[in-house]
Amino acid sequence: MTTTLSRSATQVGQARGIGPRKARRNWAGWAFVGPFLIVFVLVLIAPVIYSIYLSLFRDQLIGGNAFVGLANYGQAITDPRFWESLGRVVLFLVVQVPIMLGVALIAALAIDSARLHWAPLFRLSIFLPYAVPAVVASLMWGFIYGTRFGLVGNIDSFFGIQLPAPLGSNLVLASIGNIVTWEFVGYNMLIFYSALRVIPGDLYEAAELDGANAFRIIRSIKLPALRSAIAISVIFSVIGSFQLFNEPNILQTLSPNTITTYFTPNMYAYNLSFAGQQFNYSATIAIIMGIITMIIAYVVQLSGTRKED
Amino acid sequence: MNIKPRFGSTLRRTAAVATVGLALAGILAGCSASASTSSSGTTGNAASITAALQKKSSITVWAWAPQMKTIVTSFEKKYPNVTVNLVNAGTSAAEYTKLQNAVKAGSGAPDVAQIEYYAIPQFAISNSLTDLSTLGMSSLKSKFTASTWGSVNVNGGLYGLPQDSGPMALFYNKTVFDKYGLTVPTTWDQYIADAKKLHAADPNEYMSNDVGDAGFTDSMIWEAGGHPYTISNSGKDVTINLQDAGSKQFANTWNPLVQGGLMAPIASWSNEWYQGLANGTIASLAMGAWMPSDLESSVASGSGQWRVAPLPTFEAGKPADAENGGSADSVMKQSKNPLVAAGFVQYMNAQQGAQISIQSGSFPSTTADLSSSSFLNQTPAYFGGQKINQVLAQASKDVLPGWSYLPFQVYSNSIYGDTVGQAYANKTDLNAGLQAWQKASASYGTQQGFTVTSK
Repeated sequence: MTTTLSRSATQVGQARGIGPRKARRNWAGWAFVGPFLIVFVLVLIAPVIYSIYLSLFRDQLIGGNAFVGLANYGQAITDPRFWESLGRVVLFLVVQVPIMLGVALIAALAIDSARLHWAPLFRLSIFLPYAVPAVVASLMWGFIYGTRFGLVGNIDSFFGIQLPAPLGSNLVLASIGNIVTWEFVGYNMLIFYSALRVIPGDLYEAAELDGANAFRIIRSIKLPALRSAIAISVIFSVIGSFQLFNEPNILQTLSPNTITTYFTPNMYAYNLSFAGQQFNYSATIAIIMGIITMIIAYVVQLSGTRKED
Repeated sequence: MNIKPRFGSTLRRTAAVATVGLALAGILAGCSASASTSSSGTTGNAASITAALQKKSSITVWAWAPQMKTIVTSFEKKYPNVTVNLVNAGTSAAEYTKLQNAVKAGSGAPDVAQIEYYAIPQFAISNSLTDLSTLGMSSLKSKFTASTWGSVNVNGGLYGLPQDSGPMALFYNKTVFDKYGLTVPTTWDQYIADAKKLHAADPNEYMSNDVGDAGFTDSMIWEAGGHPYTISNSGKDVTINLQDAGSKQFANTWNPLVQGGLMAPIASWSNEWYQGLANGTIASLAMGAWMPSDLESSVASGSGQWRVAPLPTFEAGKPADAENGGSADSVMKQSKNPLVAAGFVQYMNAQQGAQISIQSGSFPSTTADLSSSSFLNQTPAYFGGQKINQVLAQASKDVLPGWSYLPFQVYSNSIYGDTVGQAYANKTDLNAGLQAWQKASASYGTQQGFTVTSK
């Protein structure tokens, strides 16, 4: 990669009619970016290229490895399991992300409002779940959700009622959404809160002179200032939703029939690869998901920056 | 100014080295992968194994059975020149993933691996295991039960020695049965009647738990006389028929239990499951003969309450049984020391190691032990002094012959929840679930290059 890049840079230099001396001087820049570039190529570009390479082959238990061109992509595009899993994370994205960001926004505004006693305590306790590893959080919630010996079971037997099973097929996605919201509200709150802290104080003074109340300040000063922070949070959340894996994968052992092996695209890729040894097809799914995620993140970014103009 | 070009050339050199390195790594990976497939099989006999065990060598063993440490110690004492590296590379499917990766990579596999019977065909057909008949081990046939010997023989090759076995039996909580006046069922129809009676008497009580389990489903079809999977043409041709007479009989018998909500919706081996076994809300288990030691260690409070009965049958008066679980130990093709590895497998399963396994609670696969009076006349206090091994040894004799698993059973089992599990979750016809399972398994098989006939 590096060699091709540098050669083309030289060619560009020569094409523009710049002398070889000048071109040689350009190498200094390469020396400075070199260390970064080597790491970048090794840990970022190489795996992607290797995945693309893998996705063009099909390795079978009988018959061995063979080049199949884009056949894996054709298979993925017509694979109902893939689309079902994608549809599920899109639904998750559309419902869970607004709720999570809404709660985070309210929390950030409340903490920033200076009307709250013990603001640092609230800030810390809302942020605390983010410090709990996702695996531990899922296990913990898994026990809470248990209808026989978990917290839900305890509530049922204490009040003599029958709550709907959180891990039943109707509610399992909402239950996972609840876990993810619990984990990431604090993280997003912190992004919003830090954006609020950099608003210059004289804006508030001016607003006060104009007789603006708290809600008017939120609408006209705080929310506009938060736009880019919200755009960033949305992009992170889009990526996070598409990569949903830990929570359903751990809850699957507790509820094997409601969480299928293709519950989310990531779980599908994981199970294809680790349970089925279909590394090639798994790589294909991963690349398609990467492209879809990139497109949606880019659209979000575009609309986010347009608002700012 | 003069320094700059030197910087440049250094960089160019580094970049070139890096590129070459990457390319080399690729070539090397390619080399080793092809090398593994071209290596030819080893040959030997009892004498060459004995000779190899006296030489200085070391082997790596992947296994998860708890008694392995004791067996390794005793083996190393007998053969002081051999060093055994025992590695617990995970249990069941977790180990198979690592094993499969090592096979694919062409290196990194152990010399000996513990593999459950249901996964043996997968590794045998992908040419990952050493055929032990080429090392003169076919003569050990008479030492093992017919069903376990059948499980390690795939397409005329011997791909491991049986480590334990799991003929099925009905483990029931006598205290619960007595309290609710249940008779111990001898047929599944009686079992269903008991299940209804028990659940009606107390809605918290269940005859058993079942949220769907691939291994259990296969065993039940086996007991019903089904042969849903057949392999031919050295493993390349596969027939799947999860609607044959046995499969249908299982599904039709089991439907009322699932659809009537008569089975506790608790996954086996979960925390809730152990609690249910301990507090009597799960009254019985149809499981492999290895269950007693699990009950004794994990459900200690049930001591004195549990008993063992023959597995209920589909047809009254017609004894039938099936294997449920159990492992073999195989010598990997990658092993650089197949003779020593085979020697270890033999010591472990056909010689002193087998005794150590039995003492630690494994259910034997060796006929001599299954008929020894000291084994048959044990009266464990946990089971109220019942001579449970007599029931279990008889179960071992009743196992129906001729069963075989798919050469991709590990994957097939992993998608059981997506298919049959959906029928369990929605309380719909299990036959439809079995058909979905068949369809998904068949399409995987086709993708993997097998010629699959899906009936």
